[in-house]
Amino acid sequence: MILVLVEPDLDGHALEVSLEALTFARNLSAAGGGVPVDAVVVGEVSDELGKELAAYGVRTVHRVNGDGVASFSGAGWASAILTVREAAKSVVVMAAGTDRGNELMAHVAARAGVAMAANVLSFSGLSPFVVTRQVVGGAALEEMKLDERPAVFTLAGHAVAASPAEAPGPADVVTHTPEIAAVDLVARVVSVEEQDAEATGDLTKARVVVGAGRGAGGPDGFKDLLELTELLGASLGVSRVVTSAGWRPHHEQVGQTGSRISPDLYIPCGISGAIQHWAGCSSAKHILAINTDAEAPMVTRATYAVIGDLHEVVPAINAEIRRRRG
Amino acid sequence: MSGVGVLVCVKRVPDSSSEVVLTEDGQGVDGRYAGFTMSPHEECAVELAVQVTAANGGEATVLSLGDADAVEQLRSALAVGCTAATLVVTEPQTFGPADVAKEIAAVVRDHEAQGRSHDLVLLGNDAADSGDFQVGIRLAYELGRPVVNGASVLTVEDGPDGPLVVARSEGPDGVETYRVPLPAVVTIREGGVEPRYPSVPGRMKAKKVAVEERTPAAEPQGPKRVRLLLPPPVPSSVQLLGKGAAAAPAVVDVLEELGVLSR
Repeated sequence: MILVLVEPDLDGHALEVSLEALTFARNLSAAGGGVPVDAVVVGEVSDELGKELAAYGVRTVHRVNGDGVASFSGAGWASAILTVREAAKSVVVMAAGTDRGNELMAHVAARAGVAMAANVLSFSGLSPFVVTRQVVGGAALEEMKLDERPAVFTLAGHAVAASPAEAPGPADVVTHTPEIAAVDLVARVVSVEEQDAEATGDLTKARVVVGAGRGAGGPDGFKDLLELTELLGASLGVSRVVTSAGWRPHHEQVGQTGSRISPDLYIPCGISGAIQHWAGCSSAKHILAINTDAEAPMVTRATYAVIGDLHEVVPAINAEIRRRRG
Repeated sequence: MSGVGVLVCVKRVPDSSSEVVLTEDGQGVDGRYAGFTMSPHEECAVELAVQVTAANGGEATVLSLGDADAVEQLRSALAVGCTAATLVVTEPQTFGPADVAKEIAAVVRDHEAQGRSHDLVLLGNDAADSGDFQVGIRLAYELGRPVVNGASVLTVEDGPDGPLVVARSEGPDGVETYRVPLPAVVTIREGGVEPRYPSVPGRMKAKKVAVEERTPAAEPQGPKRVRLLLPPPVPSSVQLLGKGAAAAPAVVDVLEELGVLSR
């Protein structure tokens, strides 16, 4: 059995990347003779979430609750996931490669004494089980053998497109209330402060992102770019150069050590496209690069490009948008 | 507080600002052309180690497992305020994340036997090259300590039963706070602190520190790596919309086509 950790969002729906993980698990199941796919959810499972998981081919939803998992702790939640794994006899335990997913799978693997592969894209064999995963922020790939049981891994975002099962059945919901050892609760979240709207900005969910890099020139070089984000209802994302120089706050950073975005359109302006940045934006559907250097990696990898200084091109685009809108 | 012994673990990684080249045996990234640096998360971990010892007293020791050249990354940490350095000299490609965790644990235990305690062990959340996302967590299990993952700021405070590390990290629902008694392990994510630049006197001082060199404590089990490969090159299919401000109408045509203007 394949056990998939499903993370709900604030509204109680499964995260898109969790649905991708379920889709991947079904593909793996099909290759492996149809072993069932189960989901584990820590906390509440709304009727809607239950239906969503059933539609994605989940046989059983394992709901974990109780005082021990009421607030997050890596060790405590991992011990709960392993309790479910024991009961369900899973040979694979996997999650989406979110911060939580990677953290929990690392705990699960360490506790079970097995390897863990982070950010897997595909599998190429079942005996032995070989996966291909992203390393160096996706600039290189690693083939890795997961020959122990359970095989533990996380799935890179957008490695597969989420798609519901062709012949879904009803999913049973089974509740587990595991005892969590005190030692596993020493490092647990004691309080959560909700972020202000600006700090979240929902960069990772934005449909359109305007990017800015070294070409912005300085902390005062963002006026036209911010106007463009206004006009398009977009979010601003910046490269590491920009946050390291203190021109913009870190929460706006797109890249290997910042947010990973997947908008319909990304408009990187004055960003050359180093690995660090590409790691965060390679999932954009379309890229419209504005850069002075026609050979910059961001330009050659883009769908569309304008060669020129962002300080000339962006105001002209803003003016053209306003003109057409009358 | 009578001081906090901090151990900060860093990794020498190829600079990620240029193209990736693999070694001939496909087991590693060849950084000879790009140059090497410290993983970005670890630059912040070093900064936090220095801040914690500045605020509470105690020694900040920097540790790396790598070839002899990794001493360069140790010197950069010494130049910004770490006061001792240890290098486990070996070929790092032959070590998997579990092996690295065991080696760090061996250093912690040996130093403690010598009377140097590492109450707080800091690591990066994930290395810029191998991206395993697990060494800190495995280390915590090796040492039997609690672990906070992905913190961006932390301080050490006096608690009712001894010193506590108060760490904050960005979780899915907002900023999460952990209060964990020492000894503990914390992995660091970039974004909460600005790593300081080394001063000239700092660099001079760093050169004089004797780096403790060790051989690995155990034979590594090795990573589960079959091989590294590069993603197939995608031929450029970029459509040039023009040059300079004159391209604006063509750009807005594309925005209309993609349906991002209609709001």
